[in-house]
Amino acid sequence: MIQLAIDLAFILEKAILIGGIITVSLVVAMYSTWAERKVAGFMQDRLGPNRAGPFGLLQPLADGLKLFMKEEIIPNASNKFLFILGPGLAMMTAMMTSAVIPWGKQIEIFGRTVDLQIADINIGILYIFAVLSMGVYGIMIGGWASNNKFSLLAALRGASQMISYELAMGLAIIALLMLTGSLSLKTIVEQQSAAGGWWNIFYQPLGFLIFIVCAFAECNRTPFDLPEAENELNFGYHQEYSSMKLGFYLFAEYINMFMSSVLMATLYFGGYDIPFVNDASLIESMGMNTVAILQGLSLFAKAAFFIFFFMWVRWTIPRFRYDQLMHLGWKVMIPLALINMLITGVIVLIKENGWPF
Amino acid sequence: MNITEILFWLLTVVALTGALLVVTSKNPVYSVLALIATFFAISGHYILLNAQFLAVVNLIVYAGAIMVLFLFVIMLMNLNTETEPQKNKWLKMAGTVAGGCLLLVLVAALREADSKSTIAMVNTGDTGLIQNLGKTLFNEYVIPFEISSVLFLSAMVGAVVLGKKE
Amino acid sequence: MQTLTNRSKAVDRHPMTMWEKMYLPSIAKGMSITLSHFFKKKPTIQYPEETRPFSPVFRGLHILNRDEAGRERCTACGLCAVACPAEAITMEAAERKEGEENLYREEKYAAKYEINMLRCIFCGLCEEACPKDAIYLSETFAPSNYKREGFIYGKNDLLIPDPKTEPELYQKAVGERARKS
Repeated sequence: MIQLAIDLAFILEKAILIGGIITVSLVVAMYSTWAERKVAGFMQDRLGPNRAGPFGLLQPLADGLKLFMKEEIIPNASNKFLFILGPGLAMMTAMMTSAVIPWGKQIEIFGRTVDLQIADINIGILYIFAVLSMGVYGIMIGGWASNNKFSLLAALRGASQMISYELAMGLAIIALLMLTGSLSLKTIVEQQSAAGGWWNIFYQPLGFLIFIVCAFAECNRTPFDLPEAENELNFGYHQEYSSMKLGFYLFAEYINMFMSSVLMATLYFGGYDIPFVNDASLIESMGMNTVAILQGLSLFAKAAFFIFFFMWVRWTIPRFRYDQLMHLGWKVMIPLALINMLITGVIVLIKENGWPF
Repeated sequence: MNITEILFWLLTVVALTGALLVVTSKNPVYSVLALIATFFAISGHYILLNAQFLAVVNLIVYAGAIMVLFLFVIMLMNLNTETEPQKNKWLKMAGTVAGGCLLLVLVAALREADSKSTIAMVNTGDTGLIQNLGKTLFNEYVIPFEISSVLFLSAMVGAVVLGKKE
Repeated sequence: MQTLTNRSKAVDRHPMTMWEKMYLPSIAKGMSITLSHFFKKKPTIQYPEETRPFSPVFRGLHILNRDEAGRERCTACGLCAVACPAEAITMEAAERKEGEENLYREEKYAAKYEINMLRCIFCGLCEEACPKDAIYLSETFAPSNYKREGFIYGKNDLLIPDPKTEPELYQKAVGERARKS
């Protein structure tokens, strides 16, 4: 007899966790669109959307409904299969990052201790890089399948931009990994939590700067939003898209933004660590579940700040020219990241072996 | 049949189908996409062998970087079935003979090898884990490792020289 | 070259200094400017709920006036149509019948009175031309419409509500300005 050695409760637990995290990131992405318009309005001395519901809070629903109601147009000369695959890939890669992020420590439900993380794999950061590098395909396939010169140009721009900035991002993280000595995001967060407020940002300010700039480029956000530059490429790689397929592309951008915000908070700002208090002693006094919820909220607060920062920058800084973008990526960011790596390496060596001279 | 075996067969089917599609599909873009699917399946195999680092690096380097460049070139060259040049009859024949020879050599080499009886370490080996891999690479194999980096450097210098030439 | 005003500025093309090349200080400066705007009071007027205060000489939509007893003042003399530079006003006159004295003030009245709001330039010459104080420009805008026909205002659009039967609506139509004067 064939026996399947599967722990049903384990699968159920993970399924609920995955469902919850996907729902949360979709809702956050939805309200990021609202927040984006609000922030843009406030920074330009306007009010932003405020008609649909109190403070315009139902605006994302109205937008989504509008996108669903729009006519679905697939250009005749396009490659139909790839045209539909493109937005799906973009959305999928955007969601996949969330698998290795620790959202809180642990909760106890029905006698089971559940880690608030989908998968604690010991190559967490490398996994994120793999998913990021997959993100290029959504753009490239969509842009090429549209059979439109502007879309193709935008897709090539987007892909080359993402590949270029991935390098600097990787080098910035390598310096961080030298300090932590682990690729698992959970370990990184626990180390920062144990250090009591001495988050990695204090050890790696330059690395964080490089990382945040590269994160902007990876998410195709202003000042690096060349793939969707309206004034020279019409609308960029999703020019031929309409209806919810366009919505998927736009949505994927916001999910990417949320994920990179969470990643920044996790890597450099202590993740779910609650600032100014000792989490371990808090668990003893308040119980595991309350603290887990507080930790989740703390992570969300940090992520919300970074999302605001993304928008703040978008409505402040104008777009780079393409050669300036490449110049910044290859001639500024990568050397800076290498220098940062070198300095970190020297300091780590000195710390381990003492001052040799 | 446990879950590892099910996954093994599933991944094998995906990998082989992908590889076949790479060769048979008319549209080069589909070939590239099928190749990416193959890489994914192979990465899955690596994970089953407990070689997570290898799996992820395979994805980052091959699926994430090299195939993107392939896709770049194919998209810019606009290779369609219509524009494909008609190949010489003799050239086709030579290709068949060469492919057949390669198959012959492979079969001959693997037929006598004793690796067919050894079973891969599934879920037990720990050389694939990142700490052990790093230690092995930088202790036992440090000289070949560094020499391979010189190879990369020379490739980079070559690219710069080609790029600088007007 | 001689400049016309003293406000012109020569373009500064000096090579950037190290401080400027870092970009970060100027980025921080720009970000602080946008953040300061974030907390500024917004000058937006939320239209249907809030309205801008009208100036005392504002000329809006026309109304056809009634007297205190609620009778129409217009006698269809046609002076407003003659005065109108945009030729937006047309009318047809009719004679008052027996028993209609409570509806119309004089023996002649306008059976049809139309103003094309797409032609009207809201100059107020009709108001000045009217010898009977029958037409006034009020304090409201012409609301939007989907069709051109919707902008041709007939008598039932223009007539002010009867002060006898609908005193509240009448007061509203007369407006803030007229009540003060």
